[in-house]
This record gives sequence, structure tokens and C-alpha cells, in this order.
Amino acid sequence: MLIAAPMSSLLALAVLGVLAGGEMWRHRLIYVCCAIASLALLVGGARHLGQSPGTGPAFILPIGLPWMEAHFRLDNLSALFMVVVNIATCAASVFGIGYCSHLPEPRRVTPFFPLFLFGMNAVLIADDAFMFLVSWEFMSLSSWLLVLADHRTAENRDAALVYLIMATFGTFCLLTCFGLLAGPEGAYSFAAMRDAKLEPVAGFLVVALALMGAGSKAGLVPLHAWLPLAHPAAPSHVSALMSGVMTKVALYGLIRILFDLHGHVPWGWGAAIMVIGGITAVLGVLYAILQDDLKKLLAYSTVENIGVVVIGLGLAIAFKDGGEKTLAALALVAGLYHIVNHSIFKTLLFLSAGAVITATGERDLGRLGGLLKRMPWTGAATLVGAAAISALPPLNGFVSEWLIFQSLFKGPSLPHWAMKFGVPVVGAMLALAAALAATCFVRAYGIAFLGRPRSPEAAQAHAIPGTMRWTMAVLAALCVVLGAVPVTLTEALSAVVQPLTGINIAVSADLGWPWLSPVSSTRGSYSGTVLVLTGAALFVISIVLVHGFGTTRTRRADAWDCGHRENIPETQYTGQSFAQPLRRVFGSSLFGARETVDMPEPGDLGPARLVVRLIDPVWIIFYQSVIRVVGFLADRVNRMQFLTVRRYLLMMFATLVFMLLVVAVRQTQ
Amino acid sequence: MVLTQLSYDMAHLIGAGVLMAGFQLLYQRRLFAVLNTFAFQALALAAAAAWQAHIQNAPHLYVTAGIALVFKAMIVPFALHWLVERLGIHKTVETAMSIGWTMIAGVALVALSILLVLPVTANAAALTRESLAMAMSVVLLGLLMMITRHNAVTQVVGFMALENGLILAAVSAKGMPLVVEISVAFSVLVAMTLFGIFFFRIRERFETLDLNDLETYRGDRQ
Repeated sequence: MLIAAPMSSLLALAVLGVLAGGEMWRHRLIYVCCAIASLALLVGGARHLGQSPGTGPAFILPIGLPWMEAHFRLDNLSALFMVVVNIATCAASVFGIGYCSHLPEPRRVTPFFPLFLFGMNAVLIADDAFMFLVSWEFMSLSSWLLVLADHRTAENRDAALVYLIMATFGTFCLLTCFGLLAGPEGAYSFAAMRDAKLEPVAGFLVVALALMGAGSKAGLVPLHAWLPLAHPAAPSHVSALMSGVMTKVALYGLIRILFDLHGHVPWGWGAAIMVIGGITAVLGVLYAILQDDLKKLLAYSTVENIGVVVIGLGLAIAFKDGGEKTLAALALVAGLYHIVNHSIFKTLLFLSAGAVITATGERDLGRLGGLLKRMPWTGAATLVGAAAISALPPLNGFVSEWLIFQSLFKGPSLPHWAMKFGVPVVGAMLALAAALAATCFVRAYGIAFLGRPRSPEAAQAHAIPGTMRWTMAVLAALCVVLGAVPVTLTEALSAVVQPLTGINIAVSADLGWPWLSPVSSTRGSYSGTVLVLTGAALFVISIVLVHGFGTTRTRRADAWDCGHRENIPETQYTGQSFAQPLRRVFGSSLFGARETVDMPEPGDLGPARLVVRLIDPVWIIFYQSVIRVVGFLADRVNRMQFLTVRRYLLMMFATLVFMLLVVAVRQTQ
Repeated sequence: MVLTQLSYDMAHLIGAGVLMAGFQLLYQRRLFAVLNTFAFQALALAAAAAWQAHIQNAPHLYVTAGIALVFKAMIVPFALHWLVERLGIHKTVETAMSIGWTMIAGVALVALSILLVLPVTANAAALTRESLAMAMSVVLLGLLMMITRHNAVTQVVGFMALENGLILAAVSAKGMPLVVEISVAFSVLVAMTLFGIFFFRIRERFETLDLNDLETYRGDRQ
């Protein structure tokens, strides 16, 4: 009931969204209703989170193709993702109440927003391949329409086109993957797929296709190219959902196929997935550091975090195949923990980017600055989000990355030499990515919120509606809470992973409630609760000390001007200059970064310019070669358009004879 | 009427007559000879339908035979004859593939259809099986004729021969309703009329019926 009613009301809201017209209060009302529906779905998901495996509510609807029925089921994994998705959708809907009036064309957004929410939730509760794929396409197409919302800029149109092509490619891969899973009888329900035995070749292909299908949606390198184009193109509250949640729905699909439907993925795939995750994490964050566009930076950071989660998933597969059930469960719990975390802080950060855009109309870091003074709430919430995504304790990002590291350190206990040597390499990649992520967000936050304004728009940043402020505050509080009570969350997650790995682990076995000690208490333990309490106590004590015993006299002095007497904002650190050392270290080899100084002619009074050129290797290696092959084939096939009537007949005839021959040959066997 | 060995043999003989006419169509080098052979094929088809009506005790097949006799054996060949005379069409058949090779390809197609139909219809009555194999051969030969001849008239004849094969298949299977045959016959007639009109139009504009020249006009071959 708590699922069906909100789902159908979301569909109804989409119709109302079309009818809303130009009246802004109607759009606001629809966002309010979306928030209520998400809240209902959130409660519905949370109620089934702790259930014992195999008892989730299942229902069958007579919709879809005439000879098929639609199966739905809400098991623990679906329930977890439903909670994750609907926390973010609820936040984005509330944010949308205030944000929708700042959009250039709200009528192009409001009808599709509920459809997008519906699509994501429907993917989670689908219990057969048909419904899964239909919902998946629903999600893709509705988000595509949202990417096209601001269709007047050519950049957005290109992004939407690339997104559409990649979404089609991904669905095609998933379609084939489910086709293999369903086998020759076409057993399309998930229950039948679970029982089916896969041939080794089919099993191999299923994993490869699932990785390409779900991975292209999640943004795994090298299939990530659409993501940093499409996610920023949508309105900010939609970007928040696409980046924060839709990628998680894609990971849900991956987990569902690899851990549930396929069941026995060999360790080699686990190692490969782990390495893909490591590469994705490092490349994603390196791209992110080099971005000047705030939303693009966040989108690339999503790629990085997906890589971090995928490292956990790959590790879990390898452990599961190696018989190390406890470690498999630990790695999977760590991955899921990061999924939960990332969905919250990435939503928060995208919403704060939306708030910055609302207040200033700018998203270029080079034109922001000093926003903390004019937008203290947004600034504080963003600081929490940035610290969490940089994995600083005691926030939630630290816990999940720490857990992934803990399970990585146990990787060498596997008997395969590839894993023994590979795991430390991936560990190094993860460490590099984590450190670079911190740099990336120091840069993003420092340039945008600290210092002095770099443009009149940033200096004149105006207030944002209260709903937007409160949404961000609640999300920031969630970041703190999820970091402060890690054990409570890991217990819930281990119930989720139990049917997938066959074991219910207690991550805090040794030391009891507030202490996480995944491997053993001597190898490492962490308690966010104790850390938060200690921190709070120290904070209070220092306040008491400073205000009780320190001097109360107010002193005024000039701000330090770094030795420059000119009082102009251009002398500050810029986004470009902050990233320059890293760009020189990594960029010149990886991205072919070239810096050229453009000196003006003698007598010309114009300024000298430093031009940085970057080349995206993934784009050149993968996509351009694909484009070349497609172009070549298209040229060849194009000739077929100008054949004579007789040749067309000949082709039909040849096809007919060939097919008859195939039938004849098959009969004789 | 009991299906005796004689009735099988007669049915196969007439069916083979239709098939042989199909081969003859491929072999002819003169346009009028093609038309005459086509008339002969339609005649054999009418005979096959009539014989089937007789042995299956299905009077409606006599109607089919009548349609085949009147339309395909008389009206269509006469009309094409008249068209060729009227338009002064070049009276040799222009082939795209040498006649010898065409015949060899035809034999291969017949072998293919026998290989194909006989195992598929293992459970069907013997009469149906072999007639179906022959009917399919006639269809494939009709297609072969359409793709190995340049002239539009011969292509029309190939198309009609293909239709003949379809009707042969229809009459050999028991219980095929008459409606199907009538509609096939009428569609052929309509196609015939259309082709006739097209011939006039094409001829008026391009002064030829050779498809090669039409291709040049379309700009495909410079």
C-alpha cells in the first residue's frame, strides 16, 4: 500500500504537471506532492528493510504484454535502495519547491520530474526482466527529457544526444544480458533466473554485458563520457538525482545481476571489476580537479565515487568465489555503505550548486568567490558535504572508505597471485583517489565560498528560498549522523547482504556497539560515535576556555594581503592556478595537457594569456575509433541505397535462398 | 474418390509439367516464345487444379482451374502479346546471366526445395509433399527469372510464374479455401493492369523498356 499508492500518484502528478501551465503555485504544489510521495516510498522501503530474507511483499499485475504478467517484489536489497533513492528524491522535491521558479522554463521540467522518480522506483521493485527493462528505459528517457529541459544551448542538445546514444547502448547490453539469463525457454522472471544454471560462456557474457549495460549508466570508465556532459545540463535538483541516485540505481542493477541472478561470478571477473573501479576512481577525480564548471566538477566526482563503490563490489565477488564469505560480506557492506553516503552528499553538493546558481547565476569557479559571507547556510552545508566526500572523519564518507580499505587489506589472503599483487595496486589507486578528492573539494569550496568575489554577480549574491536552505541543512545533518552511528548502519546493511553472500556478519563483533572492528580489534577499529562525542566535548571545553578566560577586547587589523598592495580579487588563487601543480604532474602525460603563453605584440596593450589545452584520452581512444568505424560502415552501406531494382530483387532472393539453405542444413543434422 | 496410385502419378505428372514450363521460361530467347511458354504453364496449372478438384472431390477447385485458364492462360498472354506488338518492343530476351548458368542455378534451386520440403512435411500426405516441393521450385524459378532478365516484360512474366507456383501450392493442400485463390488471381490481374499502364508511361517518357536505361536515367550509372 505504501508503495503502490505513491507510485500511481507519481504518474498522476506527471499528467498534472503537463496541465500546470504558467502558474507558479501549481508547479510548487506538484513538487510538494512529489516530496510527499517520496516520503511515503521512503517509509515503505524502510519498513521492509529489516525483514528476514525471502519474505518481502511480492505482487503480480496483469499489465504489459498480453501473455506476460508484471512481477514486483520488495526484498531487502530493493528496500535499501528504495530508502537511498527516496531520501534524495524527497530532498530534491523539497528543493524544487523553491527552485522551480528560478528555472528558465519550469514547464519543461515539472511534468517529467515525477516520471523520473517513478522510473527509478519501478526499476527497484521490478521482479522480472521485462519490467526491469521497461522501467530502466522509462528512467533513461524521462531523465533524457530533463537533460533537454534547457534545450536552447547547443551544448545541452549535444549532451542530450550523447546521453541518448549511451542510454540506448546500455539498455541494449542489458537486454542481451537478460536474454542470456532467461535462457532458451525465455524464463524472464527473476525467480526463474536465480534457479537456472548458466553455461560458462553464457555466464562470462552475462557479466560482461551487465558491466557494460549498468556500467554505462553508472559511469564506469571508459563508458563515462556522457555523464559529465548530461548531468550538469539538467536543472540542478535533477542533476542531484541523476548523479546522486540514478547512478545508484545502475549499481543496483549491477548488484542484482552479479550477486543475485548470476550467483557464481568467477574471481577473475572480481579482479577485473576491481581494477576497472580503481581506474575509474583515479581518472574521475583527476578530471574533476581540472574542471572549472562547478556542476561538471561534481559530475566527474560522481565518476570517482562510483569507482570506489565498484572496487568494493569487485572485491566482494573475488572473496565470494574464493569461499571467504565473511570478507565478501564485509566488502559488499562497505560498497553499500558508500552508495548510501554518496547518494546523500552528492545530492547535497549538487543542490548547493543549484543554490549558488540561483543566487549568482554563475557556475564557473573563476567567477565565484566569497560566497560564505553572503550565503552562510549554503556555505556551512556545502562545507559538511565537501568534508564528507573528502572522507574526513567523523563524517560518513570516512567510514565507508575506511571499510573498503579494511577489506582491501585482507585481499592478499586470497589464494590467487593476481589478487595478491593486484589488491595493493588497487589500494594505492584508492588512496590516491581519496587524497585527490580532498584536493578537489578544497579547491572547489575554497574558490567558490572563500576569498573575495571574482565577479559582480558573486558579490551581489542574493538570498535563496528557505525550502532550499532547509533541504541542504537536513542533508548535511544526515552526513554527520551516518558518520556518527556507523555500527547501526552496518548492522542494517549486513542484513541486506546476507542473502547475497550467504552470511550475516557482525562488523562490530569484537568490541561491541559503538566500535567498528571489521577484521579484528587489533587490526583496526573505529567509532564515529566516540569521535563525535569527543570532538563535541573538546569544542565545548575550548569555547568555555576561550570565552571564560581569554581576553574580550576586540582588536582590528588589516587582512594579510600576501605582499600585494593592490586590492583586487584577481590576485587571489584561482581554480586554474590551484590545479596547476596536479595538472602538470598528471595532466601532461594522461591528458596531454599543454600550456602556452600567448604574449601580446609589442605595443599591444592587451594582457598576456596562459592557454591550457587538454585532450581526453578516453574520448580519442574509444569513442573516436567507434565513430570512425561507424562512419566507414555507413559509407559502405550507403551504396545499398542506390542499387537497381534487379539488384534489390537479387538481394531478397539471395537472402531467401540462404535462409532456406540454413533450414535444409539444420534438418539433415 | 479413392486416392489411387494413378491419381498420384497424374498429379505429379501435371505438377512436373508446370515445373518444366518454369524451366522453359528460363530457356527462351524470344519474347513471344516466353509468352507462349507462360500460357502453356498456366494451362498446365489449370489442368493441375482441375485434376486436384477431381481427386479431392472438391468442386470449388474447378473454379480455380477456370480462373487459371481464362485469366492466366488467355487474357494475360494475349494482353502482353498485344502490348509487345503495340509498343514495338525489341523481341529478344536480354539476359543478365548466361542461359546455361541460369539453368544450372534453376536445377540447384529445385534440389534445394526438394531437400527442404520433403523432411519438413514428413507427416503430411504424400500427395501434398511432392506437390509442395514442385510448387516451391516453381516459385523460386519465377524469382530467378525476375532477377536474371533485363526486360520489364520478362520480369512481369517471372512475377506471374511465381504466382503460378503459389496457386499450385494452394491447390495441392487440402482444404485451402477458394477465397485465397480468387484473391490471388485478382491481385495478379491488378498487377498486370498496373504493369501495362506503367509500360505505357515508361515507354512514353524514356522510349525504352530496358531497365538498364531507366537506371541510367535515375542517375545510378554515369
